Amino acid sequence: MKALLNAIARLGRLFLDGAQHAGSMALFAVELAWVLIPTWSRPRDIFQQIYAAGVLSLVIILVAGGFVGLVLGLQGYNILSNFNASESLGVMVALSLVRELGPVVAALLFAGRAGSAITAEIALMKTTEQLAALEMMAVDPMRRVIGPRFWGAMIAVPLLAAMFSLVGIVGGYLIGVVVLGVDQASYWGQIREQMEAWDDVGGGAIKSLAFGAVIALISVYEGYRAEPTASGMARATTQTVVLSSLAVLGLDFVMTAFMFGA
Amino acid sequence: MNVQRGVELVVGLFVLAGIAALMVMALQWSNFGASRVAGYEVTARFDNVGGLSVLSPVKLAGLTIGRVDSIEIHPETFQAEVRMVIDDKYDNLPTDSFANIYTAGLLGAQYVEISPGGALESLEDGDRITMTQSAIILESVVSKFLFDKAKE
Repeated sequence: MKALLNAIARLGRLFLDGAQHAGSMALFAVELAWVLIPTWSRPRDIFQQIYAAGVLSLVIILVAGGFVGLVLGLQGYNILSNFNASESLGVMVALSLVRELGPVVAALLFAGRAGSAITAEIALMKTTEQLAALEMMAVDPMRRVIGPRFWGAMIAVPLLAAMFSLVGIVGGYLIGVVVLGVDQASYWGQIREQMEAWDDVGGGAIKSLAFGAVIALISVYEGYRAEPTASGMARATTQTVVLSSLAVLGLDFVMTAFMFGA
Repeated sequence: MNVQRGVELVVGLFVLAGIAALMVMALQWSNFGASRVAGYEVTARFDNVGGLSVLSPVKLAGLTIGRVDSIEIHPETFQAEVRMVIDDKYDNLPTDSFANIYTAGLLGAQYVEISPGGALESLEDGDRITMTQSAIILESVVSKFLFDKAKE
């Protein structure tokens, strides 16, 4: 009986912890929103962060995009040739990348590659009391440290997702047209015919923008609220990757249901 | 300062590359990879082209011999005028050849199939294939079938 009560109490504590976490993140987001525009008074800080989060993630994003495209080309060819419709390979590869895989996989990779780095950096600054020192000098760390990192990540994700999709489509072309012999003009022609500029490309861009904002928020929040110890930093970094990945996948379902459902 | 400028330059390139990737995808690959086939032009008028589009293949006996170059409405007949470019290798198609619009497989793209006729003269640049058969629209086939059944 007592064990049962304990178990129920533990469940309750888990729920309360989760609610508290979400609540303080929402408060943090409001606080962050106030400094988002003023952060642009020092655009160089933001460029520096776009470089650190975006440009340095290019290699992993482009290589991953290429391989995803190659696999999609192979699998798509196998399936479509059953229906004698391998001419549609181009549009299948392009639509799956632009609508779904580009934004989602790029966001997941970004969370692991750059989100964790942002969290670790901010958490270390906090642990070594650099943030407190900034405050002592009347420099707002939200504006100088958190804001630029948020912007940098949020701007980088949609751009990376677009490049991921493009490289993937070229990968599908390589395997489909060059290796498996799908008709070249059909590959591009079908894409041109059936892909909508606003619905598909625009929808994918909106998705990846939202993913960028979510990953950026989680990364800076976890760093800023990290326990100022070595293990606290480790926990914060892990938390960033886990939460960002789950948030991206969950949000993806909701956004897909709204944009492409019905 | 120098380092800062390098960073700005790289970030600028990065942003441009991202926007360019979006643009290329959004602008429907305008002419990307469309490498026009060298060849001669032939037109054909269809009552209905269905899902035929620019760059759709033109086939002879199942092999691709050309591409659809443009599809326009002919102003007098209100038919769709399909302009095709056919590879110069196949310049001996008889003038009374037949042009059909077929669908590749169940879900596939539509294409023009040329069935050669028996005339001695060959099609030349700018000629028109007069005998055509439109794309088969599933609804009209089904309704025809149903009406015939009802009559019985």
